[in-house]
Amino acid sequence: MDTINLAKNIRSHVLKMTSKGKSSHVGSALSIADILAVLYTNMNVDPKDPSNPKRDRFILSKGHAGAAVYAVLAELDFFSKEILDTHYQDGSILSGHVSHKGVPGVEFSTGSLGHGLSVATGFALAAKRKSLNFNSYALLSDGELDEGSNWEAILFAPHHNLNNLTCIVDYNKLQSLTTVKETLNLEPLTDKIQSFGWNVFDIDGHNHDEIKKAIKANTSKPKFIIANTIKGKGISFMENKVVWHYRSANEDELIKGLKELEE
Amino acid sequence: MRDAFIESLSKIAENDKDIFLITGDLGFGVLDNFSEKFPSQFLNVGVAEQNMTGIAVGLALSGYKVFTYSIANFTTLRCLEQIRNDACYHNANVNVVSIGGGFGYGALGMSHHATEDLSIMRSLPNIEVIAPGDDFETKEATKYVANSNKPSYLRLERASHIYENDLENSFAYGKIRQIREGNDIAVFCSGGVTKVAMNAAKILSKQNISLSIYSVHSLKTIDVNAVAKVFEKYSGVVTLEENNLIGGLGSAISEICLDNRIYPKSFKRMGLKDIYSSVVGSQEYLRDFYNLGEEDLIINVKKIMDK
Repeated sequence: MDTINLAKNIRSHVLKMTSKGKSSHVGSALSIADILAVLYTNMNVDPKDPSNPKRDRFILSKGHAGAAVYAVLAELDFFSKEILDTHYQDGSILSGHVSHKGVPGVEFSTGSLGHGLSVATGFALAAKRKSLNFNSYALLSDGELDEGSNWEAILFAPHHNLNNLTCIVDYNKLQSLTTVKETLNLEPLTDKIQSFGWNVFDIDGHNHDEIKKAIKANTSKPKFIIANTIKGKGISFMENKVVWHYRSANEDELIKGLKELEE
Repeated sequence: MRDAFIESLSKIAENDKDIFLITGDLGFGVLDNFSEKFPSQFLNVGVAEQNMTGIAVGLALSGYKVFTYSIANFTTLRCLEQIRNDACYHNANVNVVSIGGGFGYGALGMSHHATEDLSIMRSLPNIEVIAPGDDFETKEATKYVANSNKPSYLRLERASHIYENDLENSFAYGKIRQIREGNDIAVFCSGGVTKVAMNAAKILSKQNISLSIYSVHSLKTIDVNAVAKVFEKYSGVVTLEENNLIGGLGSAISEICLDNRIYPKSFKRMGLKDIYSSVVGSQEYLRDFYNLGEEDLIINVKKIMDK
């Protein structure tokens, strides 16, 4: 499957899962569908051997968008797509915030912001110290950068030349209550991160060629991809609206949204 | 205990390339031998305990047996959520080591008094909590947690603690270890404050009162049968800990009693009475100040015996 269709299927699953479970964060999950589609297509991961020590590691640090990770893993046959129907239901192992227990392919459980980058840094450091040739990726939200712990890792990774570490920020510019700019402005983000010693890629987070190029680029420094995205991307009435951090599609909205994806 | 820990860890690391020690920029002069001998298994992460713990988890999930090292509350409370979500939920072999448990850094002030750590760490699922009473237990606990393949918390004293005894010199996680034999009153201790009980026992022996002293080094898994036997044998039992009374050793022993129909003939919990200390001083001074010293234990023992 090409990445365009994979991203479309992720969005479709996400819409259905959050609608059925009446769960929040649909906008956050739609925002990263393209990033996940391209990343999972290019990472060294094997659904038949999800614990292979040589696999690339991916942590969704913005765990609230977990539905999108479950969706991409099901699409890649890490587990059956039918399991997606249980998302957010009583007794389900598919929690709203991504959890690894009993879910093949989920590298790490998150949900509290500001944890993933340090753990991904630990993976990258282990690869260096053990001379293992894997890459480590963490996908953060923009609001998540408010958490101080990230900046400890941002300071650490270049100091230790962890060029096998990639931090991707889903820069959709909307956080929990309002815009990032109004809440706690991150700008000038590129300059900030560059000054910490990272190789920064400022890209369109919905352009698959740009995402692939950034992921594949060889660098001598740790890589920081600022993926400029649109929260709710792909569903017109959800785009750039904070309310879809909380609401899920009702029946009519689900039909309308799925139709938009097919167009 | 600090030196005993490093000595033990260095010995293990000689034959185990997966041992990894991370410090949060502390351990001046203490960690040099380890870092020089095992540079690829050592990291000073800087003054950043949240990142330290997250990195430790990443390393542990990649096959390392990781020890995080700092003083007082920095390895525990500062990064509690990383311990909870990242280490404990993922059952990662991350062994959190705190130097200066209790009032070990008494003169440095409240920020450096680790007096709730045992309670808080005990309440986390999956982690093992160990407060060794002497250097021997420290070395054995270090060996044990390195290969337990799950998270653990080691609360250590700065000072060396060696007791003369010809009793049990064996360590097993979850067991209680008798370090002094006596006939009158039994004392359960956790951590370096065990020294207080040993000193009190010496004084009391001159007054023909003999204390039996047990180190309850493991604070989550506790041998219920062994505890029951102690309550059966002695007319009174005292628990002694340099920790808040809420949630520590005394609480654990009380819970064991109630859950297992053990009815103490006489029971006294000694610990901190839900306070922060704004008074500073040496560890000995603060123990006395908060009624955790030898004289206090002697008074409590005599009260029980007078009943």
